[in-house]
Amino acid sequence: MADLKVKIGALEFKNPVLTASGTFGYGPEFEDFLNIDSLGGIIVKGTTLEARQGNAYPRMAETPAGMLNAVGLQNKGVDAFINDIYSKIKHYNTHIIVNVSGSKLEDYITVVEKLNDLDQIPAIELNISCPNVKQGGMAFGTSCASATEVTKAVRAAYHKTLIVKLSPNVTSIAEIAKAVEDVGADSVSLINTVLGMAIDAESRRPVLSTITGGLSGPCVKPIALRMVWQVSQAVKIPVIGLGGIMNVTDAVEFLLAGATAIQVGTANFIDPAISEKIVHQLDAYCDNHRIRAVKELIGGLIV
Amino acid sequence: MKKYINDLTVCSNRQLSDDYFILGLTSSDVLPEMLPGQFAEIKVDNNPNVFLRRPISIHDVDYTNNVLYVLVKIVGQGTQSLSTLKVNDTVNLVYPLGNTFNMDGVTNVILAGGGCGIAPMLYLARHLHQKKIKTTILLGGRTTIDILESEEFKKYGDVFVSTDDGSMGEKGFITNNSIMKQLSSFQRLYCCGPLPMMKVFAAIAKQQQVDCEVSLENTMACGIGACLCCVTETDKGNKCVCTEGPVFNINQLKWQI
Repeated sequence: MADLKVKIGALEFKNPVLTASGTFGYGPEFEDFLNIDSLGGIIVKGTTLEARQGNAYPRMAETPAGMLNAVGLQNKGVDAFINDIYSKIKHYNTHIIVNVSGSKLEDYITVVEKLNDLDQIPAIELNISCPNVKQGGMAFGTSCASATEVTKAVRAAYHKTLIVKLSPNVTSIAEIAKAVEDVGADSVSLINTVLGMAIDAESRRPVLSTITGGLSGPCVKPIALRMVWQVSQAVKIPVIGLGGIMNVTDAVEFLLAGATAIQVGTANFIDPAISEKIVHQLDAYCDNHRIRAVKELIGGLIV
Repeated sequence: MKKYINDLTVCSNRQLSDDYFILGLTSSDVLPEMLPGQFAEIKVDNNPNVFLRRPISIHDVDYTNNVLYVLVKIVGQGTQSLSTLKVNDTVNLVYPLGNTFNMDGVTNVILAGGGCGIAPMLYLARHLHQKKIKTTILLGGRTTIDILESEEFKKYGDVFVSTDDGSMGEKGFITNNSIMKQLSSFQRLYCCGPLPMMKVFAAIAKQQQVDCEVSLENTMACGIGACLCCVTETDKGNKCVCTEGPVFNINQLKWQI
Protein backbone atom coordinates (compact mmCIF):
# COMPACT_ATOMS: atom_id res chain seq x y z
CA MET A 1 0.00 0.00 0.00
CA ALA A 2 1.51 3.26 -1.15
CA ASP A 3 0.79 6.58 0.51
CA LEU A 4 -1.69 8.17 -1.89
CA LYS A 5 -2.35 11.36 0.07
CA VAL A 6 -1.93 14.74 -1.61
CA LYS A 7 -2.56 18.31 -0.49
CA ILE A 8 -4.29 21.13 -2.33
CA GLY A 9 -3.81 24.30 -0.32
CA ALA A 10 -4.64 23.42 3.27
CA LEU A 11 -6.82 20.53 2.23
CA GLU A 12 -5.58 16.95 2.36
CA PHE A 13 -7.04 14.37 -0.02
CA LYS A 14 -6.87 10.64 0.71
CA ASN A 15 -5.80 10.12 -2.89
CA PRO A 16 -5.38 12.30 -5.98
CA VAL A 17 -8.36 10.90 -7.92
CA LEU A 18 -11.33 13.26 -8.18
CA THR A 19 -14.33 13.22 -10.50
CA ALA A 20 -14.85 16.14 -12.86
CA SER A 21 -17.78 18.50 -12.65
CA GLY A 22 -20.62 17.73 -15.04
CA THR A 23 -19.61 14.11 -15.46
CA PHE A 24 -20.56 12.67 -12.08
CA GLY A 25 -23.86 14.32 -11.20
CA TYR A 26 -23.87 14.82 -7.44
CA GLY A 27 -22.65 11.32 -6.61
CA PRO A 28 -25.86 9.30 -6.02
CA GLU A 29 -26.08 8.58 -9.77
CA PHE A 30 -22.96 6.42 -9.35
CA GLU A 31 -23.65 4.70 -6.03
CA ASP A 32 -24.70 1.43 -7.72
CA PHE A 33 -21.34 1.19 -9.48
CA LEU A 34 -18.66 2.22 -7.01
CA ASN A 35 -17.84 3.22 -3.46
CA ILE A 36 -17.77 7.01 -3.54
CA ASP A 37 -15.83 7.11 -0.27
CA SER A 38 -12.91 5.45 -2.06
CA LEU A 39 -12.35 8.60 -4.14
CA GLY A 40 -10.15 11.54 -3.25
CA GLY A 41 -13.05 13.84 -3.93
CA ILE A 42 -16.02 14.57 -6.14
CA ILE A 43 -16.71 17.83 -7.91
CA VAL A 44 -20.42 18.24 -8.33
CA LYS A 45 -22.32 19.69 -11.26
CA GLY A 46 -21.75 23.36 -12.13
CA THR A 47 -23.98 25.37 -9.80
CA THR A 48 -25.34 28.84 -10.52
CA LEU A 49 -27.30 31.35 -8.44
CA GLU A 50 -30.58 30.81 -10.29
CA ALA A 51 -31.86 27.56 -11.78
CA ARG A 52 -30.83 27.11 -15.42
CA GLN A 53 -32.67 25.03 -18.03
CA GLY A 54 -29.52 24.64 -20.13
CA ASN A 55 -29.43 24.58 -23.91
CA ALA A 56 -31.90 22.98 -26.30
CA TYR A 57 -31.53 19.38 -27.48
CA PRO A 58 -29.39 18.12 -29.27
CA ARG A 59 -26.61 18.73 -26.79
CA MET A 60 -24.17 16.00 -27.66
CA ALA A 61 -22.19 14.69 -30.63
CA GLU A 62 -19.85 11.73 -30.54
CA THR A 63 -16.45 12.35 -32.13
CA PRO A 64 -13.46 10.13 -32.79
CA ALA A 65 -12.12 9.35 -29.29
CA GLY A 66 -14.39 11.81 -27.58
CA MET A 67 -17.56 13.82 -27.54
CA LEU A 68 -18.86 17.36 -27.86
CA ASN A 69 -21.36 18.65 -25.37
CA ALA A 70 -23.46 21.78 -25.16
CA VAL A 71 -25.39 21.16 -21.95
CA GLY A 72 -25.16 24.80 -20.89
CA LEU A 73 -24.97 24.45 -17.11
CA GLN A 74 -28.41 22.95 -16.56
CA ASN A 75 -28.84 22.93 -12.77
CA LYS A 76 -31.46 23.75 -10.16
CA GLY A 77 -29.53 26.65 -8.62
CA VAL A 78 -27.54 26.99 -5.41
CA ASP A 79 -30.55 27.12 -3.06
CA ALA A 80 -31.91 23.82 -4.41
CA PHE A 81 -28.42 22.36 -4.00
CA ILE A 82 -28.28 23.46 -0.37
CA ASN A 83 -31.87 22.49 0.49
CA ASP A 84 -32.42 19.31 -1.52
CA ILE A 85 -29.11 17.77 -2.55
CA TYR A 86 -26.57 18.63 0.13
CA SER A 87 -28.35 16.63 2.84
CA LYS A 88 -28.28 13.52 0.62
CA ILE A 89 -24.53 13.66 -0.03
CA LYS A 90 -22.95 15.30 3.01
CA HIS A 91 -22.40 11.90 4.64
CA TYR A 92 -19.87 10.93 1.97
CA ASN A 93 -16.47 10.30 3.46
CA THR A 94 -14.73 12.17 0.66
CA HIS A 95 -14.24 15.82 -0.19
CA ILE A 96 -17.29 17.29 -1.90
CA ILE A 97 -16.32 20.27 -4.01
CA VAL A 98 -18.91 22.51 -5.64
CA ASN A 99 -18.22 23.85 -9.11
CA VAL A 100 -19.47 27.45 -9.11
CA SER A 101 -20.55 29.05 -12.36
CA GLY A 102 -22.11 32.35 -13.21
CA SER A 103 -22.74 34.99 -15.80
CA LYS A 104 -22.31 38.01 -13.50
CA LEU A 105 -19.66 38.77 -10.93
CA GLU A 106 -22.28 39.44 -8.25
CA ASP A 107 -23.83 36.01 -8.88
CA TYR A 108 -20.53 34.25 -8.20
CA ILE A 109 -20.19 36.18 -4.95
CA THR A 110 -23.72 35.38 -3.77
CA VAL A 111 -23.23 31.68 -4.51
CA VAL A 112 -19.91 31.36 -2.70
CA GLU A 113 -21.21 33.28 0.31
CA LYS A 114 -23.99 30.70 0.62
CA LEU A 115 -21.49 27.83 0.24
CA ASN A 116 -19.25 29.23 2.99
CA ASP A 117 -21.76 27.95 5.53
CA LEU A 118 -21.77 24.31 4.43
CA ASP A 119 -19.49 22.34 6.76
CA GLN A 120 -19.03 19.42 4.41
CA ILE A 121 -18.00 21.54 1.43
CA PRO A 122 -14.30 22.27 2.04
CA ALA A 123 -13.56 23.79 -1.37
CA ILE A 124 -15.06 25.27 -4.49
CA GLU A 125 -13.99 25.03 -8.07
CA LEU A 126 -14.58 28.42 -9.68
CA ASN A 127 -15.69 27.81 -13.23
CA ILE A 128 -14.51 30.64 -15.47
CA SER A 129 -14.22 28.35 -18.45
CA CYS A 130 -17.61 26.99 -19.51
CA PRO A 131 -17.82 27.37 -23.30
CA ASN A 132 -21.55 26.67 -23.43
CA VAL A 133 -23.16 29.74 -21.91
CA LYS A 134 -23.82 32.92 -23.81
CA GLN A 135 -22.82 35.35 -21.09
CA GLY A 136 -20.03 35.01 -18.57
CA GLY A 137 -18.63 31.51 -18.25
CA MET A 138 -15.63 31.23 -20.49
CA ALA A 139 -15.59 34.98 -21.13
CA PHE A 140 -14.30 35.42 -17.56
CA GLY A 141 -11.50 32.96 -18.14
CA THR A 142 -10.13 34.07 -21.47
CA SER A 143 -8.44 37.31 -20.43
CA CYS A 144 -6.08 37.90 -17.54
CA ALA A 145 -7.96 41.03 -16.51
CA SER A 146 -11.39 39.39 -16.17
CA ALA A 147 -9.96 36.18 -14.65
CA THR A 148 -8.16 38.33 -12.08
CA GLU A 149 -11.26 40.38 -11.34
CA VAL A 150 -13.57 37.44 -10.66
CA THR A 151 -10.97 35.41 -8.75
CA LYS A 152 -10.06 38.41 -6.57
CA ALA A 153 -13.70 39.08 -5.72
CA VAL A 154 -14.47 35.43 -4.99
CA ARG A 155 -11.29 35.12 -2.90
CA ALA A 156 -12.48 37.98 -0.73
CA ALA A 157 -15.89 36.37 -0.26
CA TYR A 158 -14.96 32.69 0.11
CA HIS A 159 -13.03 31.48 3.13
CA LYS A 160 -12.07 27.93 2.23
CA THR A 161 -10.00 26.29 -0.51
CA LEU A 162 -10.42 28.02 -3.85
CA ILE A 163 -9.66 26.13 -7.05
CA VAL A 164 -10.03 28.02 -10.34
CA LYS A 165 -10.93 25.94 -13.41
CA LEU A 166 -9.20 27.22 -16.51
CA SER A 167 -10.18 27.25 -20.15
CA PRO A 168 -7.87 25.85 -22.83
CA ASN A 169 -9.42 28.24 -25.34
CA VAL A 170 -6.78 30.91 -24.74
CA THR A 171 -3.45 31.97 -26.21
CA SER A 172 -1.48 31.42 -23.02
CA ILE A 173 -3.05 29.36 -20.26
CA ALA A 174 0.07 29.81 -18.13
CA GLU A 175 -0.49 33.59 -18.03
CA ILE A 176 -4.08 33.15 -16.85
CA ALA A 177 -2.95 30.63 -14.23
CA LYS A 178 -0.31 33.08 -12.99
CA ALA A 179 -2.88 35.86 -12.88
CA VAL A 180 -5.32 33.91 -10.68
CA GLU A 181 -2.49 32.67 -8.46
CA ASP A 182 -1.45 36.28 -7.86
CA VAL A 183 -4.90 37.15 -6.50
CA GLY A 184 -5.19 34.25 -4.11
CA ALA A 185 -6.32 31.09 -5.89
CA ASP A 186 -5.21 28.04 -3.89
CA SER A 187 -5.09 25.82 -6.97
CA VAL A 188 -5.95 25.72 -10.65
CA SER A 189 -7.67 22.88 -12.44
CA LEU A 190 -7.30 22.36 -16.17
CA ILE A 191 -8.47 21.83 -18.78
CA ASN A 192 -12.15 22.56 -19.28
CA THR A 193 -13.46 21.48 -22.68
CA VAL A 194 -11.97 22.58 -25.98
CA LEU A 195 -14.33 24.59 -28.16
CA GLY A 196 -15.32 22.58 -31.22
CA MET A 197 -18.18 21.78 -33.56
CA ALA A 198 -19.79 18.99 -35.53
CA ILE A 199 -21.63 19.18 -38.86
CA ASP A 200 -24.10 16.74 -40.42
CA ALA A 201 -23.04 16.50 -44.07
CA GLU A 202 -26.45 15.10 -45.09
CA SER A 203 -28.63 17.83 -43.60
CA ARG A 204 -25.88 20.50 -43.92
CA ARG A 205 -26.74 21.55 -40.38
CA PRO A 206 -24.74 21.71 -37.17
CA VAL A 207 -25.29 18.67 -34.95
CA LEU A 208 -25.52 20.72 -31.75
CA SER A 209 -28.36 23.16 -31.09
CA THR A 210 -25.75 25.75 -30.09
CA ILE A 211 -23.62 25.12 -33.21
CA THR A 212 -20.42 24.94 -31.15
CA GLY A 213 -19.75 22.90 -28.03
CA GLY A 214 -17.06 21.62 -25.70
CA LEU A 215 -14.84 18.73 -26.77
CA SER A 216 -13.75 16.17 -24.17
CA GLY A 217 -12.37 12.65 -23.99
CA PRO A 218 -9.07 11.06 -25.00
CA CYS A 219 -8.88 13.26 -28.12
CA VAL A 220 -8.05 16.28 -25.91
CA LYS A 221 -5.55 14.50 -23.67
CA PRO A 222 -2.37 15.65 -25.47
CA ILE A 223 -3.57 19.27 -25.29
CA ALA A 224 -4.40 18.89 -21.61
CA LEU A 225 -1.06 17.26 -20.79
CA ARG A 226 0.82 20.05 -22.55
CA MET A 227 -1.14 22.72 -20.70
CA VAL A 228 -0.75 21.04 -17.30
CA TRP A 229 2.98 20.85 -17.92
CA GLN A 230 3.20 24.51 -18.95
CA VAL A 231 1.06 25.74 -16.07
CA SER A 232 2.86 23.69 -13.45
CA GLN A 233 6.13 25.30 -14.59
CA ALA A 234 4.59 28.76 -14.30
CA VAL A 235 2.85 28.65 -10.90
CA LYS A 236 3.72 27.57 -7.35
CA ILE A 237 0.18 26.54 -6.36
CA PRO A 238 -0.88 22.93 -6.97
CA VAL A 239 -2.34 22.07 -10.36
CA ILE A 240 -5.23 19.65 -10.83
CA GLY A 241 -5.06 17.96 -14.23
CA LEU A 242 -7.92 16.71 -16.33
CA GLY A 243 -8.72 16.07 -19.96
CA GLY A 244 -9.32 12.63 -21.43
CA ILE A 245 -8.13 10.54 -18.49
CA MET A 246 -9.48 7.05 -19.18
CA ASN A 247 -7.19 4.84 -17.07
CA VAL A 248 -4.38 4.80 -14.53
CA THR A 249 -1.67 5.29 -17.15
CA ASP A 250 -3.30 8.54 -18.23
CA ALA A 251 -3.55 9.60 -14.58
CA VAL A 252 0.14 8.92 -13.97
CA GLU A 253 1.06 10.93 -17.09
CA PHE A 254 -0.76 13.96 -15.67
CA LEU A 255 1.01 13.60 -12.32
CA LEU A 256 4.36 13.39 -14.10
CA ALA A 257 3.46 16.51 -16.09
CA GLY A 258 3.10 18.35 -12.79
CA ALA A 259 -0.45 17.75 -11.56
CA THR A 260 -0.89 17.19 -7.82
CA ALA A 261 -4.30 15.61 -8.36
CA ILE A 262 -6.36 14.53 -11.37
CA GLN A 263 -10.01 14.51 -12.36
CA VAL A 264 -11.76 11.74 -14.22
CA GLY A 265 -14.44 13.18 -16.51
CA THR A 266 -15.84 11.79 -19.74
CA ALA A 267 -14.56 8.30 -18.82
CA ASN A 268 -17.36 8.15 -16.22
CA PHE A 269 -19.83 7.96 -19.11
CA ILE A 270 -18.16 4.88 -20.58
CA ASP A 271 -17.41 3.06 -17.34
CA PRO A 272 -19.25 4.42 -14.30
CA ALA A 273 -16.88 2.49 -12.02
CA ILE A 274 -13.66 3.78 -13.60
CA SER A 275 -12.74 6.43 -11.00
CA GLU A 276 -12.54 3.89 -8.16
CA LYS A 277 -10.63 1.50 -10.42
CA ILE A 278 -8.07 4.23 -11.07
CA VAL A 279 -7.58 4.68 -7.31
CA HIS A 280 -6.80 0.98 -6.86
CA GLN A 281 -4.66 0.82 -9.99
CA LEU A 282 -2.68 3.87 -8.90
CA ASP A 283 -1.90 2.10 -5.66
CA ALA A 284 -0.78 -0.95 -7.64
CA TYR A 285 1.26 1.23 -10.01
CA CYS A 286 3.14 2.73 -7.06
CA ASP A 287 3.78 -0.69 -5.54
CA ASN A 288 4.99 -2.08 -8.86
CA HIS A 289 7.34 0.86 -9.32
CA ARG A 290 8.48 0.85 -5.70
CA ILE A 291 7.07 4.28 -5.08
CA ARG A 292 6.24 4.79 -1.42
CA ALA A 293 4.20 7.97 -1.85
CA VAL A 294 2.28 9.09 -4.89
CA LYS A 295 3.64 12.62 -4.26
CA GLU A 296 6.95 11.36 -5.67
CA LEU A 297 5.34 11.21 -9.09
CA ILE A 298 4.24 14.86 -9.15
CA GLY A 299 6.29 16.74 -11.72
CA GLY A 300 8.50 13.70 -12.13
CA LEU A 301 8.82 14.12 -15.86
CA ILE A 302 12.36 13.42 -17.03
CA VAL A 303 13.41 15.85 -19.76
CA MET B 1 -33.98 -0.33 -9.11
CA LYS B 2 -30.36 -1.28 -8.72
CA LYS B 3 -28.25 -0.84 -11.84
CA TYR B 4 -25.42 -3.13 -12.79
CA ILE B 5 -22.30 -3.05 -14.91
CA ASN B 6 -21.76 -6.60 -16.11
CA ASP B 7 -20.02 -8.62 -18.77
CA LEU B 8 -22.59 -10.80 -20.52
CA THR B 9 -21.94 -13.62 -22.97
CA VAL B 10 -23.44 -13.68 -26.45
CA CYS B 11 -25.47 -16.89 -26.77
CA SER B 12 -27.16 -16.08 -30.08
CA ASN B 13 -26.98 -13.53 -32.88
CA ARG B 14 -29.92 -13.90 -35.22
CA GLN B 15 -29.84 -11.78 -38.38
CA LEU B 16 -33.42 -10.83 -39.27
CA SER B 17 -32.33 -9.06 -42.47
CA ASP B 18 -29.48 -6.85 -43.67
CA ASP B 19 -30.69 -4.13 -41.31
CA TYR B 20 -31.85 -5.90 -38.15
CA PHE B 21 -30.49 -8.49 -35.73
CA ILE B 22 -31.38 -9.89 -32.32
CA LEU B 23 -28.63 -10.61 -29.79
CA GLY B 24 -29.21 -13.12 -27.03
CA LEU B 25 -27.09 -12.36 -23.96
CA THR B 26 -26.61 -14.60 -20.96
CA SER B 27 -24.60 -14.74 -17.78
CA SER B 28 -23.39 -17.26 -15.21
CA ASP B 29 -25.19 -15.05 -12.68
CA VAL B 30 -28.96 -14.74 -12.56
CA LEU B 31 -30.01 -11.75 -14.67
CA PRO B 32 -31.52 -8.88 -12.69
CA GLU B 33 -35.20 -7.96 -12.91
CA MET B 34 -35.85 -5.80 -15.97
CA LEU B 35 -39.03 -3.92 -16.86
CA PRO B 36 -40.62 -3.24 -20.26
CA GLY B 37 -39.35 0.04 -21.68
CA GLN B 38 -35.99 -0.16 -19.94
CA PHE B 39 -32.74 -0.23 -21.87
CA ALA B 40 -29.09 -1.19 -21.63
CA GLU B 41 -26.02 0.89 -22.45
CA ILE B 42 -23.91 -1.54 -24.48
CA LYS B 43 -20.17 -1.04 -24.85
CA VAL B 44 -18.77 -1.43 -28.33
CA ASP B 45 -15.31 -2.93 -27.96
CA ASN B 46 -14.35 -3.97 -31.42
CA ASN B 47 -14.35 -0.59 -33.17
CA PRO B 48 -11.90 2.20 -32.30
CA ASN B 49 -14.14 4.76 -34.03
CA VAL B 50 -16.91 4.16 -31.52
CA PHE B 51 -16.36 5.98 -28.24
CA LEU B 52 -19.65 5.97 -26.37
CA ARG B 53 -21.89 3.10 -25.33
CA ARG B 54 -25.02 2.50 -27.38
CA PRO B 55 -28.42 2.68 -25.65
CA ILE B 56 -30.49 -0.31 -26.78
CA SER B 57 -34.01 -1.31 -25.66
CA ILE B 58 -34.62 -4.52 -23.80
CA HIS B 59 -36.56 -6.57 -26.34
CA ASP B 60 -37.40 -9.58 -24.24
CA VAL B 61 -36.17 -11.52 -21.23
CA ASP B 62 -36.35 -15.29 -20.90
CA TYR B 63 -35.85 -15.79 -17.17
CA THR B 64 -36.22 -19.58 -17.50
CA ASN B 65 -33.11 -19.77 -19.63
CA ASN B 66 -31.51 -16.60 -18.19
CA VAL B 67 -31.31 -14.83 -21.55
CA LEU B 68 -31.77 -11.13 -22.33
CA TYR B 69 -32.65 -10.24 -25.93
CA VAL B 70 -31.93 -6.94 -27.65
CA LEU B 71 -33.23 -6.11 -31.11
CA VAL B 72 -30.91 -3.76 -32.98
CA LYS B 73 -31.16 -1.85 -36.23
CA ILE B 74 -27.85 -1.18 -37.97
CA VAL B 75 -27.77 2.60 -38.27
CA GLY B 76 -24.09 3.44 -37.83
CA GLN B 77 -20.69 2.15 -36.85
CA GLY B 78 -21.67 1.22 -33.29
CA THR B 79 -24.62 -0.95 -34.23
CA GLN B 80 -22.68 -2.33 -37.21
CA SER B 81 -19.96 -3.50 -34.83
CA LEU B 82 -22.48 -5.05 -32.46
CA SER B 83 -23.95 -6.99 -35.42
CA THR B 84 -20.63 -8.83 -35.85
CA LEU B 85 -20.66 -10.27 -32.31
CA LYS B 86 -20.43 -14.04 -32.27
CA VAL B 87 -21.62 -16.71 -29.85
CA ASN B 88 -19.37 -16.77 -26.74
CA ASP B 89 -18.14 -13.20 -27.29
CA THR B 90 -18.30 -11.00 -24.21
CA VAL B 91 -20.15 -7.72 -24.20
CA ASN B 92 -20.33 -5.19 -21.37
CA LEU B 93 -23.67 -3.73 -20.31
CA VAL B 94 -24.77 -1.02 -17.91
CA TYR B 95 -28.37 -1.97 -17.16
CA PRO B 96 -31.29 -1.97 -16.55
CA LEU B 97 -31.77 1.75 -17.16
CA GLY B 98 -34.75 4.06 -17.38
CA ASN B 99 -38.39 3.81 -16.35
CA THR B 100 -41.21 1.59 -17.56
CA PHE B 101 -44.62 1.84 -19.16
CA ASN B 102 -47.66 2.47 -16.99
CA MET B 103 -49.67 -0.76 -17.05
CA ASP B 104 -52.10 0.23 -14.30
CA GLY B 105 -55.80 1.01 -14.64
CA VAL B 106 -56.38 -0.53 -18.06
CA THR B 107 -58.04 -3.66 -19.44
CA ASN B 108 -57.79 -3.07 -23.20
CA VAL B 109 -54.79 -1.41 -24.85
CA ILE B 110 -53.06 -1.00 -28.20
CA LEU B 111 -49.32 -1.08 -28.90
CA ALA B 112 -47.88 0.61 -31.98
CA GLY B 113 -44.32 0.09 -33.19
CA GLY B 114 -42.74 1.59 -36.29
CA GLY B 115 -39.75 -0.34 -37.66
CA CYS B 116 -37.22 -0.89 -34.90
CA GLY B 117 -39.65 0.87 -32.57
CA ILE B 118 -41.16 -2.52 -31.84
CA ALA B 119 -37.99 -3.34 -29.85
CA PRO B 120 -39.42 -2.52 -26.39
CA MET B 121 -42.96 -3.57 -27.37
CA LEU B 122 -42.54 -7.34 -27.30
CA TYR B 123 -41.52 -7.37 -23.63
CA LEU B 124 -44.37 -4.94 -22.91
CA ALA B 125 -46.84 -7.24 -24.71
CA ARG B 126 -45.58 -10.18 -22.65
CA HIS B 127 -46.18 -8.26 -19.41
CA LEU B 128 -49.63 -7.01 -20.49
CA HIS B 129 -50.60 -10.57 -21.45
CA GLN B 130 -49.45 -11.84 -18.04
CA LYS B 131 -51.58 -9.17 -16.41
CA LYS B 132 -54.54 -10.38 -18.52
CA ILE B 133 -54.85 -7.00 -20.21
CA LYS B 134 -56.34 -7.35 -23.69
CA THR B 135 -53.62 -6.30 -26.09
CA THR B 136 -53.79 -5.32 -29.75
CA ILE B 137 -50.57 -4.79 -31.68
CA LEU B 138 -50.01 -2.49 -34.65
CA LEU B 139 -46.77 -2.85 -36.59
CA GLY B 140 -45.56 -0.58 -39.37
CA GLY B 141 -42.61 -0.08 -41.67
CA ARG B 142 -41.54 0.91 -45.16
CA THR B 143 -41.67 -2.63 -46.50
CA THR B 144 -41.97 -6.28 -45.43
CA ILE B 145 -38.44 -6.56 -43.98
CA ASP B 146 -39.21 -3.70 -41.60
CA ILE B 147 -42.09 -5.67 -40.03
CA LEU B 148 -40.33 -7.47 -37.23
CA GLU B 149 -41.32 -10.27 -34.89
CA SER B 150 -44.96 -10.33 -36.05
CA GLU B 151 -45.26 -14.06 -35.25
CA GLU B 152 -43.97 -13.46 -31.71
CA PHE B 153 -46.50 -10.68 -31.20
CA LYS B 154 -49.36 -12.95 -32.26
CA LYS B 155 -48.82 -14.89 -28.99
CA TYR B 156 -50.06 -11.86 -27.09
CA GLY B 157 -52.88 -10.40 -29.16
CA ASP B 158 -54.32 -9.50 -32.54
CA VAL B 159 -51.69 -8.07 -34.89
CA PHE B 160 -52.36 -5.38 -37.51
CA VAL B 161 -49.75 -4.42 -40.09
CA SER B 162 -49.15 -1.46 -42.38
CA THR B 163 -46.35 -1.02 -44.90
CA ASP B 164 -45.67 2.10 -46.94
CA ASP B 165 -45.43 0.01 -50.13
CA GLY B 166 -48.27 -2.40 -49.32
CA SER B 167 -45.96 -5.43 -49.47
CA MET B 168 -47.39 -6.65 -46.16
CA GLY B 169 -50.69 -5.77 -44.46
CA GLU B 170 -52.41 -2.54 -45.41
CA LYS B 171 -50.75 -0.09 -47.77
CA GLY B 172 -49.96 3.27 -46.17
CA PHE B 173 -48.63 4.82 -43.02
CA ILE B 174 -49.00 2.93 -39.74
CA THR B 175 -50.92 5.90 -38.35
CA ASN B 176 -53.62 5.36 -41.04
CA ASN B 177 -54.14 1.64 -40.33
CA SER B 178 -57.86 0.76 -40.18
CA ILE B 179 -57.55 -0.29 -36.52
CA MET B 180 -56.89 3.38 -35.73
CA LYS B 181 -60.58 4.03 -36.53
CA GLN B 182 -61.32 2.14 -33.31
CA LEU B 183 -58.70 3.93 -31.25
CA SER B 184 -61.27 5.34 -28.84
CA SER B 185 -62.22 1.78 -27.85
CA PHE B 186 -58.76 1.37 -26.27
CA GLN B 187 -57.83 2.81 -22.89
CA ARG B 188 -54.20 3.48 -23.70
CA LEU B 189 -51.91 3.69 -26.73
CA TYR B 190 -48.26 2.78 -26.24
CA CYS B 191 -46.00 3.80 -29.05
CA CYS B 192 -42.37 3.72 -30.13
CA GLY B 193 -40.70 4.53 -33.43
CA PRO B 194 -39.53 7.52 -35.45
CA LEU B 195 -40.33 10.88 -33.84
CA PRO B 196 -42.66 12.14 -36.63
CA MET B 197 -44.67 8.90 -36.37
CA MET B 198 -44.97 9.18 -32.60
CA LYS B 199 -46.11 12.78 -32.89
CA VAL B 200 -48.90 11.79 -35.30
CA PHE B 201 -50.01 9.02 -32.94
CA ALA B 202 -49.86 11.46 -30.03
CA ALA B 203 -51.98 14.00 -31.88
CA ILE B 204 -54.64 11.42 -32.76
CA ALA B 205 -54.68 10.05 -29.20
CA LYS B 206 -54.95 13.53 -27.73
CA GLN B 207 -57.80 14.42 -30.07
CA GLN B 208 -59.68 11.23 -29.18
CA GLN B 209 -58.83 11.57 -25.48
CA VAL B 210 -57.01 8.23 -25.35
CA ASP B 211 -54.17 8.03 -22.85
CA CYS B 212 -50.87 7.76 -24.72
CA GLU B 213 -47.32 6.84 -23.73
CA VAL B 214 -44.34 7.18 -26.03
CA SER B 215 -40.81 5.80 -25.71
CA LEU B 216 -38.15 8.31 -26.81
CA GLU B 217 -34.69 7.51 -28.13
CA ASN B 218 -32.72 10.75 -27.75
CA THR B 219 -28.98 10.51 -28.29
CA MET B 220 -27.27 10.06 -24.96
CA ALA B 221 -23.86 9.55 -23.43
CA CYS B 222 -23.96 8.16 -19.89
CA GLY B 223 -27.46 6.64 -19.60
CA ILE B 224 -27.55 7.28 -15.84
CA GLY B 225 -28.51 10.94 -15.52
CA ALA B 226 -25.02 12.38 -15.14
CA CYS B 227 -24.20 14.05 -18.46
CA LEU B 228 -27.59 15.74 -19.04
CA CYS B 229 -27.22 15.36 -22.82
CA CYS B 230 -30.41 13.42 -23.66
CA VAL B 231 -32.98 15.89 -22.32
CA THR B 232 -36.48 16.45 -23.61
CA GLU B 233 -38.71 19.39 -22.72
CA THR B 234 -41.44 18.50 -20.26
CA ASP B 235 -44.03 20.33 -18.21
CA LYS B 236 -41.46 20.28 -15.39
CA GLY B 237 -38.53 21.57 -17.47
CA ASN B 238 -35.80 19.65 -19.26
CA LYS B 239 -35.74 16.02 -18.12
CA CYS B 240 -33.22 13.29 -18.92
CA VAL B 241 -34.70 10.67 -21.24
CA CYS B 242 -32.31 8.12 -19.68
CA THR B 243 -33.61 8.43 -16.11
CA GLU B 244 -36.99 10.20 -16.22
CA GLY B 245 -37.83 8.32 -19.43
CA PRO B 246 -37.48 6.81 -21.94
CA VAL B 247 -41.25 6.40 -21.51
CA PHE B 248 -43.26 9.61 -21.19
CA ASN B 249 -46.97 10.25 -21.15
CA ILE B 250 -47.66 12.70 -23.96
CA ASN B 251 -49.24 15.07 -21.41
CA GLN B 252 -45.78 15.53 -19.88
CA LEU B 253 -44.17 16.53 -23.18
CA LYS B 254 -44.06 19.97 -24.77
CA TRP B 255 -44.93 18.62 -28.20
CA GLN B 256 -46.80 20.95 -30.54
CA ILE B 257 -49.64 18.56 -31.34
